Amino acid sequence: MLKEGNIRIPSGCAISGIIDRSGAVFSGQIIADSIATMHDRSNGLGGGFAAYGIYPEFKEHYAFHMFYDNTKSKQETEELLKANFVIAYEDKIPTRKTESIKNAPLIYRYFALPKLEVLNANEITDEDFVVKFIFNVNKNVNGAYIFSSGKNMGVFKAVGYPEDVAEFYKLETYNGYMWTAHGRFPTNTPGWWGGAHPFNLLNISVVHNGELSSYDTNRKYLEEFGYSCTLQTDTEVAAYIFDLLLRRHNLPVSLAAKVVASPLWNQVERMSLKEKELYHSLKMIYSKALLNGPFSLIVTYDNGFIAINDRIKLRPLTAASHGDVIYVASEESAIRQVCKNPDRVWIPKGGEPVIAEMDQQNVSEIFNKKEVTA
Amino acid sequence: MSLNYLTPEFKVLRDYDKCINCKVCMRQCANEVHSYDEDLGKMVADDYKCVNCQRCVVMCPTHALTIVKHPQVFRENANWTYDAIRDIYRQAETGGVLLSAMGNDRPYPIYWDKMVINASQVTNPSIDPLREPMELKIFIGRKPDKIELDENLNVKTKMPPQLTLNYPIMFSAMSYGSISYNAHASLARAAKELGIYYNTGEGGLHKDFRKYGPNTIVQVASGRFGVDREYLKTAAAVEIKIGQGAKPGIGGHLPGEKVSEDISETRMIPVGSDAISPAPHHDIYSIEDLSQLIYSLKEATDYKKPVGVKIAAVNNVAAIASGIARAGADYIAIDGFRGGTGAAPKRIRDNVGIPIEFAIASVDSRLRSEGIRHTISLIAAGSIRSSADIVKAIALGADAVYIGSAALIALGCHMCQQCYTGKCNWGIATQDPNLVKRLNPEIGYKRLVNLITAWGHEIQEMLGGMGINDIESLKGNRLMLRGIGMTQKELDVLGILAAGE
Amino acid sequence: MKKVYAKEEVCVGCKLCEVYCITSHSRYKDVLKAYKFDSNRPAPRIVVEENRPLSFSLQCRHCDDAPCVKACITGAMQKDPVTGVVTCDTDKCVGCWTCVLVCGFGAIVRDTNNKIASKCDLCAESGEPACVKNCPNEALVYEGGI
Repeated sequence: MLKEGNIRIPSGCAISGIIDRSGAVFSGQIIADSIATMHDRSNGLGGGFAAYGIYPEFKEHYAFHMFYDNTKSKQETEELLKANFVIAYEDKIPTRKTESIKNAPLIYRYFALPKLEVLNANEITDEDFVVKFIFNVNKNVNGAYIFSSGKNMGVFKAVGYPEDVAEFYKLETYNGYMWTAHGRFPTNTPGWWGGAHPFNLLNISVVHNGELSSYDTNRKYLEEFGYSCTLQTDTEVAAYIFDLLLRRHNLPVSLAAKVVASPLWNQVERMSLKEKELYHSLKMIYSKALLNGPFSLIVTYDNGFIAINDRIKLRPLTAASHGDVIYVASEESAIRQVCKNPDRVWIPKGGEPVIAEMDQQNVSEIFNKKEVTA
Repeated sequence: MSLNYLTPEFKVLRDYDKCINCKVCMRQCANEVHSYDEDLGKMVADDYKCVNCQRCVVMCPTHALTIVKHPQVFRENANWTYDAIRDIYRQAETGGVLLSAMGNDRPYPIYWDKMVINASQVTNPSIDPLREPMELKIFIGRKPDKIELDENLNVKTKMPPQLTLNYPIMFSAMSYGSISYNAHASLARAAKELGIYYNTGEGGLHKDFRKYGPNTIVQVASGRFGVDREYLKTAAAVEIKIGQGAKPGIGGHLPGEKVSEDISETRMIPVGSDAISPAPHHDIYSIEDLSQLIYSLKEATDYKKPVGVKIAAVNNVAAIASGIARAGADYIAIDGFRGGTGAAPKRIRDNVGIPIEFAIASVDSRLRSEGIRHTISLIAAGSIRSSADIVKAIALGADAVYIGSAALIALGCHMCQQCYTGKCNWGIATQDPNLVKRLNPEIGYKRLVNLITAWGHEIQEMLGGMGINDIESLKGNRLMLRGIGMTQKELDVLGILAAGE
Repeated sequence: MKKVYAKEEVCVGCKLCEVYCITSHSRYKDVLKAYKFDSNRPAPRIVVEENRPLSFSLQCRHCDDAPCVKACITGAMQKDPVTGVVTCDTDKCVGCWTCVLVCGFGAIVRDTNNKIASKCDLCAESGEPACVKNCPNEALVYEGGI
């Protein structure tokens, strides 16, 4: 049977995300409890978490989380790493034996910075260099896979139910200000850990419930900008699109949302002149970055997240707030499980993003902010 | 006159029980097949002259007529076929190049028919276009790599000129001369009504049709017929015609007898003179020359109109297209070897060029590998027969398609392939005023509007089935296609998987 | 009143209007039977005039001040005061052809089979002129006020 990456596997899912906009950190147990509520939305073939703010002692370093199939791939990767990076610290990611988590690969992490002389020789920014390095390892080093590469954040994922994955990685021992979680229901049994969510590139991570009908269009578009989609998952594509829009094209998050879930032409025609020009250009230039098909996804970046549905809302997404804490999840139950009495619960419309960021003044901005469209 | 070795190709069957001697068939046949024999007191037919255009069949009020393939056969021979032998008779008699019209009719594989389309089941809901929005609008033109905004979200990026299409379909280049005034009138009016574009072809723009300028693409071809300042200014876009799928590498020739007063004025050539389009543009002998013409036309139109380039699909089409993209064209139209024509040497039509399916796939792949696909638009042409062909073309990588033959069929063409005779009984490929008036533009434009509207509905249904609600998300989405009955190499060139994979 | 108008620019000169006019006024109302079996097959009341490429079909204009009505010696030719349609009562018509003589359009034909004057009645029986309904190129239209 073909492994994920060689074949495209659609999957259904559960997602959950929590941010404390005051920057206060909280334990991974909370998000684990939240996602566990939606046990039935996954089938034990993939679970994972993204945690932000968990490595304050190495916050300037890229934290690489690696899966190795064997020591040979580890050796090979470490040679590459050491040739290109200064490594401040490395260790085996702590795990505990968990009955339902089987066939674990070797799981390591490295806190590293690219060597200055390498950057100078390549004449590119360190972020671009790191991206190139990740693509190189994931594509060319057989049996090695970098599944997390941001600063002061980390992804933890495995084949299994998300609550078991949390237990496996001892997530209750990590504290972060923002967490997302994912439980997967793929439609076959790839049994590959790299295929689980969240999907991450630098500081952007994506958890995603859905199936992109536009996958091949999106993938080919991204390839023109140098991305290589090795996993053949929708989530990978979604992550790269946000990387392209946010990091490389400097679009504000709210507009990136309007690219992946663009307003309809008849909505654009009803806009003010200025908005019309903006959305005309946006839709024309980024037509192939539209994520088409059912999805709800949470994209996390440095200082917040955006949760969004496809524009006709074919997958569930609920949001809630309680003080500085913003919750989003596939089902309201997953929020109520960890926040008994939210101040407010709402269901975002199709294509209408929930943007929760650290520097926002108050909660009302998040859901009352006048949307530029529809 | 010596003996003509050719036997009739078709046989006119007349049901005398139904024939009422009304002579409608006689009056409608420009080939003079039917006549009334006073002595016999009945209608008779000369099978030799019949081209099977079926005008008489359709017009006969009692359905008394049937045209069949003539039962006369040669001794069975898989090598010396009926056509092979007859073509030799023809050439032995005339000493001339064999002429043909419409597209390549040889039994090459039709790859559209070897591809099937995906649909959603369970994991992804299909979308009902009657209940949910389903967008078909597209833009033809260059697109910038990225959007630049100022701090107040004002757009700083200057968008290059674009054509806006309500359907990913345009009417291909067919010149006034090759087709009639009424055919042009139908195409132009339909394009306006539908919010798409028609293409003047290389024969200039008749003054009556300048009012359709916003829906008109004008062609600049090697003969430069009808090109002046006004022509370029009137159009929505300018297309440089390098080649045509039916006759790659071959020029054009409109015989002097078709150059009427009106055509002479439109083409800007003397009445009765042959209109010769040279095989190459004599100012374009290489890609840098093309670039100069592209920018000359952009200068002439103040950079306000897209300038596209149309080429025939030939072996090296991917590299050529890449060159055209880099030469500054806003779009590339690629015409496959089944593309139609009013007249082409038969051997060229039937043997030169490659199928559009492969051409589009390889051009799309090539431009993507160079990272420039998203900057330019790609139009597929050359025998798009149905909405399914369009969906497949777009999934292979086209932005839109050109339809020529299909549009003419909507207007009444019965594919008799005799356009070059000028005796089109349907009033399409003729300049004979007796015949031209048979195509009523009032009816013609409605039929075209109906066809495109119907195809639009079908495209929406197929998109909805795939779980897509915007045609943009189908572009290059080759995962939506699977191949049946193809070799691995063919699948690889098309960049698609086999059914079941 | 509503009349039949010809659009000569799209008339293809096929004369199907004549065929269907005959059919419509034949007792069979079927092309084949009208031509094959109707021994009293009526003459067409519409005639295609041709000077190629020009062609158009002509039939009674139902004139306001119809000369044929005035000229009719038996009172067979009448103009309906309400509808304005000029008709010939074939029971009264004696086939003197005076109407043919005075008609400025040549729109009245001699039905020699039945020895009567024959002219367009706008297919009063069916309500829609058969020539208009069956014109293959929409070169005949039936329009205008009542």
